[in-house]
Amino acid sequence: MARSVNTSRLTRLRTRSAWAFLAPMLIVLFVVAGWPLGRTIWFSFTDASLDLMSEARWVGIRNYLEYVEFKDGEGKFYGLLADARWWRSVGNTIWFSVVSVSTETVLGLIVALVLNQEFRGRGLVRAAVLIPWAIPTIVSAKMWAWMLHDQFGILNDMLMKVGLISAPVAWTASPDTAMIAVMIVDVWKTTPFMALLILAGLQMIPGDLYEAAKLDGVSALRVFRKITLPLIMPAVLVAVVFRSLDALRIFDIVYVLTPNTDTTRTMSVYARENLFDFDKFAYGSAASTLMFLIIALITIVFILGSRMDLEGKRT
Amino acid sequence: MTQVWLKRLGFYALVTVIILQAVFPFYYAILTSLEDGQALFEVNYLPAALNLVNYKSMLANGVFGKQILNSVFVATVVVIISLALAVTAAYALSRIQFRGRGLLLLTILSVSMFPQIAVLSGLFEVIRWMGLFNSLWALVFSYMIFTLPFTVWVLTTFMRNLPVEIEEAAIMDGASSLTIIRRVFLPLMWPAMVTTGLLAFIHAWNEFLFALTFMSTDGQRTVPVAIALISGRSEFEIPWGNIMAASVTVTLPLVALVLIFQRKIVSGLTAGAVKG
Repeated sequence: MARSVNTSRLTRLRTRSAWAFLAPMLIVLFVVAGWPLGRTIWFSFTDASLDLMSEARWVGIRNYLEYVEFKDGEGKFYGLLADARWWRSVGNTIWFSVVSVSTETVLGLIVALVLNQEFRGRGLVRAAVLIPWAIPTIVSAKMWAWMLHDQFGILNDMLMKVGLISAPVAWTASPDTAMIAVMIVDVWKTTPFMALLILAGLQMIPGDLYEAAKLDGVSALRVFRKITLPLIMPAVLVAVVFRSLDALRIFDIVYVLTPNTDTTRTMSVYARENLFDFDKFAYGSAASTLMFLIIALITIVFILGSRMDLEGKRT
Repeated sequence: MTQVWLKRLGFYALVTVIILQAVFPFYYAILTSLEDGQALFEVNYLPAALNLVNYKSMLANGVFGKQILNSVFVATVVVIISLALAVTAAYALSRIQFRGRGLLLLTILSVSMFPQIAVLSGLFEVIRWMGLFNSLWALVFSYMIFTLPFTVWVLTTFMRNLPVEIEEAAIMDGASSLTIIRRVFLPLMWPAMVTTGLLAFIHAWNEFLFALTFMSTDGQRTVPVAIALISGRSEFEIPWGNIMAASVTVTLPLVALVLIFQRKIVSGLTAGAVKG
């Protein structure tokens, strides 16, 4: 009896200290994330401008949608939801994310399978693969901008030497190839991350599974499809979730590689140019808010779909 | 027999392609950074010149040194503050049972998934209100949004996997939680803290959006923004040699760090994600 009173007192004490330990971190997160998010949403319903933030007045959903009737009785919808440029940015972002992340998954899987083999020079390959990951995104974008240069770029030179193209391609300047250029940089830079996560999954597969299959004379392809793939699926899924959420907010590569290009403008780029370049602070806030909602929705679908283990109960 | 050889040949061909694609762009950046004038506009696959003029002009322009120091300062302070805040939080989240823990972890994880754009206008207001616009502290402050959730998350998974026994004795002896963290956990956590600290450092070093938005003068900019904003008088006068010299300068230490700590980094990255 005395003991249980004691433990419950101890539990209470420990619970109290838990919150005391969490408080500083939670306060910082609130000031840096929660509050600004709330303010962004509030600004999106006002007429705030960069210089007159404190005098922002509530204007309802005008930044999102507004029907303006002209004198002749005709009318037109204005606002973010009626802005073709915005929807194009949404489309660009999703197209970019789908293509880049699936390419990265396939390439990452190949690299991971190679790194999972025992061979001479494996350490060297792993070190080399990490290099793109270590290079700052801006630097990667600049390096590729130079390699993709229409006149002096080495990529055009290579492709022409091999005979794949007959005339230089203006990778970043031409609207048809601008998105491909952005995807190339992103895939190059983030495939290592994908490969490492998948490799971690591969290394958790017990070796005797493969031995048993070998003894039974199962073909390599079948082993991959029936043993490897199902077992690394959880690791691949988590990697895809992380990468997708990252890809959906892409900003820096586009900003540096293909500024002001309609075919590559993403949601982040659209929101920022309205916030700070066009002095449409409230309108930009509306774009930020909508982008947040879109990504939050995708995240919730992902988390429910992949049933992530948050409490650490299944270890 | 030939089949085995073919297989091996194919495998090594694949390995070569993987290495080449990973290393070549950086190699080419180094090559370009050593070229000047007309040499810049001839495509070379092998080193043709060893001209340090780009590096010299970069150093002669004093701002770049200041910008490197800015980056070092911001990244270091960010790592120290986020580790300090994260250790105690991770202890509470991993070793103490309390109601709402799962929800809290979910919230922290979702903050790390945040599109930074979503907080940009609100954060801009907060930073102006605090009088931190164009101050490096604005970056230290705003970078918490991604380093803090990440460090908390990784340290929590790490602490969760330590056996219960290690703190049981201390609890029985009536040691306070703070003492337990300091005396029992900290000595065990160094490897995990080095890894997460390193990853947070790289994150902060590479950040672009906030650094672009919250700094307004050249002397206050961090390296990525500085590189992004190098431009010529016209599109045809972009100083590619200078850009590459600056890029190589800020990337070499990073690449060295990553190669030295590669095992730790790999385990840190996977702890942050796979366990999720």
